Amino acid sequence: MAGVHAEAVHRHEAPKGFIRRYIFSLDHKVIGIQYYFLALFSVFVGLLLSILIRIHLVWPQAKIPLLELLSRTGAPGGVITPEYYLSLLTMHGTIMVFFVLTTAPQSGFGNYFLPIQIGAEDMAFPRLNMLSFWVTFAGLVVLMAAFFIPDGPPISGWTAYPPLSAVGGASGPGEAVGQNLWIISIAIFCVASMLGALNFIATTLDLRAHGLSLMRMPLTCWAWFITAILALLSFAVLLAAGALLLLDRVGGTSFFVPGGLIVSDKIIKHSGGSPLLWQHLFWFFGHPEVYIAILPGMGVTSHILSTFSRKPIFGYKAMVVAMGAIGVLGFVVWGHHMFISGMSPYSAFAFSVLTMAIAVPSAIKTFNWLGTILGAKLRFPTPMLFALGFVSLFVTGGLSGIFLGQPPIDIYFHDTYFVLAHFHMIMGVAAIFGIFAGTYFWFPKMFGRMLNETMGKIHFWVTFVGVYAIFMPMHFLGLEGHPRRYSELSGFEFLKPLLGVHDFISHAAFITGAIQLVFLFNLFWSMFKGMKAAENPWEATTLEWTVPSPPPHDNFAGRHPVIYRGAYEFSVPGAEKDYVMQDSPEKVEAGH
Amino acid sequence: MALAIALVVALISVVSVALFWARIWWFPPDISTHGPAIDHQFMLTLVITGIIFVLAQLSLAYLVWRNRDRGDGRRASYSHGNNALEATWTIAAALVFIGLNLMGYHIWAGIHFVGAAPGAMQVEVWGQQFAWDFRYPGPDGKFGSSHVEKVDDATANYLGLDRDHDADSKDDIVTSTLAIPVNREVQIFLRSKDVTHSFFVRELRIRQDLVPGMIIPIHFTATQTGRYEIACAELCGLGHYRMRAFLQVMTEEDYEKWLANMAAQQ
Repeated sequence: MAGVHAEAVHRHEAPKGFIRRYIFSLDHKVIGIQYYFLALFSVFVGLLLSILIRIHLVWPQAKIPLLELLSRTGAPGGVITPEYYLSLLTMHGTIMVFFVLTTAPQSGFGNYFLPIQIGAEDMAFPRLNMLSFWVTFAGLVVLMAAFFIPDGPPISGWTAYPPLSAVGGASGPGEAVGQNLWIISIAIFCVASMLGALNFIATTLDLRAHGLSLMRMPLTCWAWFITAILALLSFAVLLAAGALLLLDRVGGTSFFVPGGLIVSDKIIKHSGGSPLLWQHLFWFFGHPEVYIAILPGMGVTSHILSTFSRKPIFGYKAMVVAMGAIGVLGFVVWGHHMFISGMSPYSAFAFSVLTMAIAVPSAIKTFNWLGTILGAKLRFPTPMLFALGFVSLFVTGGLSGIFLGQPPIDIYFHDTYFVLAHFHMIMGVAAIFGIFAGTYFWFPKMFGRMLNETMGKIHFWVTFVGVYAIFMPMHFLGLEGHPRRYSELSGFEFLKPLLGVHDFISHAAFITGAIQLVFLFNLFWSMFKGMKAAENPWEATTLEWTVPSPPPHDNFAGRHPVIYRGAYEFSVPGAEKDYVMQDSPEKVEAGH
Repeated sequence: MALAIALVVALISVVSVALFWARIWWFPPDISTHGPAIDHQFMLTLVITGIIFVLAQLSLAYLVWRNRDRGDGRRASYSHGNNALEATWTIAAALVFIGLNLMGYHIWAGIHFVGAAPGAMQVEVWGQQFAWDFRYPGPDGKFGSSHVEKVDDATANYLGLDRDHDADSKDDIVTSTLAIPVNREVQIFLRSKDVTHSFFVRELRIRQDLVPGMIIPIHFTATQTGRYEIACAELCGLGHYRMRAFLQVMTEEDYEKWLANMAAQQ
């Protein structure tokens, strides 16, 4: 398999016409950019939702202009009702997790750069690739539709626990049509995700250039490969769970709903189901999902740290094994979301020990990132800033997991803001920093122009300090036992003194949110007006830097690259420059 | 730039640690017998993760500053890693993280693997959208059956009891406050009428989901009298944020008086 170059089978000619070139394109580069823009649109919707959330928590009676136009029942007079708050947070979580964090790092950058980094003309299945994107797009349309129906989006959170999510409109507004749209949207996304994963796996195994053994692959490729395996296996389970939930809602089944329930004075006809079954199925998907969200960012961080340290990545093999271990262990820790759920407390012990185990490969990766910087010759363009930021944020976010993974401590912290702090730090921030790092790093290759450095640095500094200001205080709210998903603080005495903390967080969020507009401006302005980019502006070693910016339709213009060494050969003694390209036959020391 | 990164990372680390150290926002004082062990395990974890946090962030800060390109033509060191170091920190991390977890295992075992003592007082805790009801079994010590078709909020028959035909439920006492005597083991049975809720009392260091279709027992002993808020801690619908009841821990005397009072009102 290694080195077999499957060419003519999948080659497709350069397309002609606007539709074939930019809309229904088979070109992995165009599809990658399409995914990236889908994620970009989604992240700004998600960001807007988070701003509404932050406004409502501190000023619950605030009249928000134009919101009444979106939902007369949800925001009469522009004032967000407690139930609409829940709709906002449900959609915020759903959009961010699926359409941003599962999309940009993997389907966006992975689609664009996996084929090029392994020396291929395109993905193994270009038509399947195009289908995957448009199916994802359809999923987003269905989800967004929930904002525009009379009853609004569901209120059950991105986790959609039954019976709340299973018994229809009786359990709350948005729980009728809204919840159906949510399930259908996610089911569509699952299909698209699995199709994409098949493509990544086949491409990585079959289309590597001559000389590119697996252990010479860039760590980005390893990350995309392992992530694809996780996606293929876990999204299948979510699809099944979603089908069962939809059946409970419209098909008269009772997978998740027991008998004897009375919801809003209405006796529910279901019987025999288990709410815990949903939790097991959902989290069996949900835990690998968070590793799907972070692994590509880890790959990008390793790649960028090495490049701007002018030094090989510290412990390449350990990095690969660590990512693999995270992938495997990621499938056996799902119960740590369920310590309090009513599942067997004996299983809590097993899940807990395995959860602690997963901290070990994460620690190895962190040590190796620090090891890469040790003895380095550091440069600090914007991609490097975000990669360094990733390391800091990953440490912070990961460490709060040590508390949550211990059942006796989780008794107190489960479903509090401590959990919010944990997963936002690691997903909502570290993973996002991985996306930013990848953007600043690869933008020159994708668009042939450089992003503006000054704007990039402003974006980095305000965002880096800003996210700490937003999410560090949430740990303190957790210490005070502040529950999650509370629309308002007015219901409890112990919450009232915490309004000041929320006020601080909200202001930090407004500033951090606003600075993302600088990034957005930089992105679009630079596409047209940015400084023209050379072929290899960062003096990096991997194959994408051996082709023009942007690359031609078939990436290598008919060339078949041959690989002579690993991906991180910087500062090799005796070499002509402080970097040696992977496809350079230059004879130097080692360079395995 | 290197100096800026180093200083900001260091500053963030110092400020974060200081805020934890100062305990400006902290747990409320514990009022349970099993709580101190939880608090102790938390402190142990906080100290260990705190040390790791500071070491990792300050290492990052220092290494960034120390290894910046000073334009002096120096080359970076051509190293692919160090297997001995790799093995060392892998083993160290495994020992610390897994060890920490195993140390706390007995706490979880004490709460969940051991049942309530035979003489423990029994109360049912019922959750519904968006209120709590509590049921005491009365002198017969038995909880009557609950019939969903008999639930009637208008006559305050929240639990669907059939007091006329079901002897066990005749003396059941249904209240909206959970009153218990201090220093006496209490076993509560968690039940839900509609969706999943969760019973959370901060001071008791207790949290347990109420799952429809299940009756989940947990037990505890309260060590201080007082009034404490019970919060719903699992998203249950639009009124989740205001699903509150009170835990009243009383002296044995006051509790008996209260219970007799409640019984008279049934």
